[in-house]
Amino acid sequence: MNLSNGKGSISTVTSTATMKSGEGSDQFPAGLRVLVVDDDPTCLMILEKMLRTCLYEVTKCNRAETALSLLRENKNGFDIVISDVHMPDMDGFKLLEHIGLEMDLPVIMMSADDGKSVVMKGVTHGACDYLIKPVRIEALKNIWQHVVRKKKNEWKDTEQSGSADEGDRHPKASDDGDYSSSANEGNWRNSRKRRDDEEDGDDRDDSSTLKKPRVVWSVELHQQFVAAVDQLGIDKAVPKKILELMNVPGLTRENVASHLQKYRLYLRRLSGVSQHNNLNNSFLSPQEASFGTISPMNGLDLQTLAAAGQLPAQSLATLQAAGLGRSTVKPGLSMPLMDQRNLFSFENPRLRFGEGQQQLLSSNKPSNLLHGVPTNMEPKQLANLHQSTQSLGNLNMRVTGSSTQGNPLLMQMAQSQPRGQMLSEITSPRVPRLPNILAQPALSNGISDGLLGRNGIASSSRAPSFNPVSQSSSYLNFPMNQSTEMSVSNFPLGSTPGISSMTNKGSFQPDVNSGIRASAGFPNYDIFNDLHQQKSRDWGMASQGPMYDSSSHANPLHGNIDVSPSVLVQQGYSSSQQPGHNRDPSLIGKSPFSLGEGLDHSNLQNGGQHFNPLIAESSTRVKSERVPDASSQTNLFPDHYGQEDLMSALLKQEGIVQGENEFDFDGYSLDNIPV
Amino acid sequence: MEKNQSRMQLVAMKQSFFDQGLLDEQFIQLEELQDDVNPNFVEEIVILYYGDSLRLISSIEQALKERNLLDFNKLDTLMHQFTGSSSSIGAKKVKAECNLFREYCRAGNIEGCMKSFQQCKKEYASLRKKLEAYFQASWVLGGSMPLQVKKIKANP
Repeated sequence: MNLSNGKGSISTVTSTATMKSGEGSDQFPAGLRVLVVDDDPTCLMILEKMLRTCLYEVTKCNRAETALSLLRENKNGFDIVISDVHMPDMDGFKLLEHIGLEMDLPVIMMSADDGKSVVMKGVTHGACDYLIKPVRIEALKNIWQHVVRKKKNEWKDTEQSGSADEGDRHPKASDDGDYSSSANEGNWRNSRKRRDDEEDGDDRDDSSTLKKPRVVWSVELHQQFVAAVDQLGIDKAVPKKILELMNVPGLTRENVASHLQKYRLYLRRLSGVSQHNNLNNSFLSPQEASFGTISPMNGLDLQTLAAAGQLPAQSLATLQAAGLGRSTVKPGLSMPLMDQRNLFSFENPRLRFGEGQQQLLSSNKPSNLLHGVPTNMEPKQLANLHQSTQSLGNLNMRVTGSSTQGNPLLMQMAQSQPRGQMLSEITSPRVPRLPNILAQPALSNGISDGLLGRNGIASSSRAPSFNPVSQSSSYLNFPMNQSTEMSVSNFPLGSTPGISSMTNKGSFQPDVNSGIRASAGFPNYDIFNDLHQQKSRDWGMASQGPMYDSSSHANPLHGNIDVSPSVLVQQGYSSSQQPGHNRDPSLIGKSPFSLGEGLDHSNLQNGGQHFNPLIAESSTRVKSERVPDASSQTNLFPDHYGQEDLMSALLKQEGIVQGENEFDFDGYSLDNIPV
Repeated sequence: MEKNQSRMQLVAMKQSFFDQGLLDEQFIQLEELQDDVNPNFVEEIVILYYGDSLRLISSIEQALKERNLLDFNKLDTLMHQFTGSSSSIGAKKVKAECNLFREYCRAGNIEGCMKSFQQCKKEYASLRKKLEAYFQASWVLGGSMPLQVKKIKANP
């Protein structure tokens, strides 16, 4: 006898039955396919029952890994995911990032923990909602809104896209492993940006002419946009010129202007988001805590950025690495890691600086990254570098200009770095992680440093592509240098989604951060932001660029890439190339995102030593492959680096990151870097 | 007649749980989920909870054996899980004790941890006893026995 049963159970039963028949089209939200992940069987059962009562189709999972494979096997099998934060096999935020990157599904986090920081983490990692346990059925009744919202945004993006990308998003996701993530990311980003800036864009567009159909910024279109921006230099990128360069019929200056604005915001967000530690999720897994949550966007952004502008990848990696403090510096990725670290290690001064930097950067010409840095890089690489350096350079440039810390060296380093290494590194692996990195406050500084450092170091030590690095190696002396070294190694880390890569060798990481710190005031943040932004954008759009094909990173995400640091780097490259480009089998296949995953574990092991060879290798490879990308990609880091955001994020992370870095820095002692 | 009386007693029993602060609103939520599809939903959940909490309690106990070398992080994590599931079924007092334990953990107070853990166990045991009595009474009153219980009963 059910004393407690006061509900019309019968009606529930029948309605559920009828509901099941329809996929929810008529009876939406009934039939919504929900995946619930929680290691607590009691909670799981209760949630399942509640969701069933809401007429949703429920699948439960008590392990995150199981959930991920379920999602991967059945890409379109679920509409929304609800996940617990604390799970034994995988952190909920990490899962969140993976899902965001690979499947771009709305994810709701839940926990008995209602602390502000945890909730914030959810936000930065991109959760669309956060529920406090015990969960009430009323809270579950409305979860369908997140599904609708997301679809609406994606639809908008695709709808009016200049290119026929309508179905791209979905098909991309499913078809092109590589592309999908980037596409998704791009879409995601676009949709988010669109959503956020819609009004602005609309107003602008509408005011100038009658209501124009909104232009959908498809991946290709965005890539063209980024390429144009890179070419012009983030500082000089004005809508009119961008429009001319893009040469897309039907595109108006207003479209470009609003998109540029969004792009800048995106970059800024990347840097800000990087704070979020969940670098781990996408990139830097280990560092999660320290990095704060890098919203999924970041992860995506990073990748995109990485993909887009090789540079960003590196920076991202550095940033990530820095932020994460992971040792998983992968040769290729080291850069990103370094960057991350840099970002993170960057101290407040840097942040401050970053703020200023950001402004500066955006204003400065990006192309100056290469200033003073003898570019030994091969033309192609240089091109790539240029692109990245541009963004970085801008950052750096500015930094030097504005920051008294005067990291001229850094600048140079940054310049050199971005070039070969950064580009590849950053773009690829980092992309997803970048956000995380950026978040790390320390990174901001470090990032630029790291980026530079990495590049410089990387190049010098390893492959020709790192030539630029050699230049920077000289700089190594100063904090930057150290970070550079680290960044190089760290780079891989950054990119890997699992970020554990960051920890990769661990040796680098710590150094990176310190190095980054030293860079002081390096706009790393900005770079990072830009990278992120770029990346994210690029991811979606950049699919083309060899550097980071969005697809490439899309792929990685899917598969847990065991990308070793070098792989990460590769990713950047390979991604740009094509998904199929797997220079390094291990590396290439995995897009930055996945890199993180795989990287976390095995690849990261590379540690510093590995990186070198890897980097060299990757760099070599990258060079050949990247080249094409470099030009196309043009700067992952648009000048939008949100230095400020990065800086702040980095600074925040700084504390955290520092501790976590366990870079096995080869001979570089970041510790010495004056922060 | 008698049944009605029994039923009323059952209702009163349940009400006392709320009055004493043993259970909270969440329990009512569970009850509302109970329907024809899952006529013994609440009890099934509670049984799940028993299993889960026994496991957690013994893990915590094991960890507490370290005496003066307590791994507070681990303890906090374990207790966090226990808190989560306790709150899911509405075990109010147990949850309160768990939270107290976690505070001691965060403060690194060994003594406090030990003491509050004992309290946790006590509250848990008391709640369990009362719930079992409650469900048993409800079976007697004609409710069907949840499958798990049947099994348990079969294998004492």
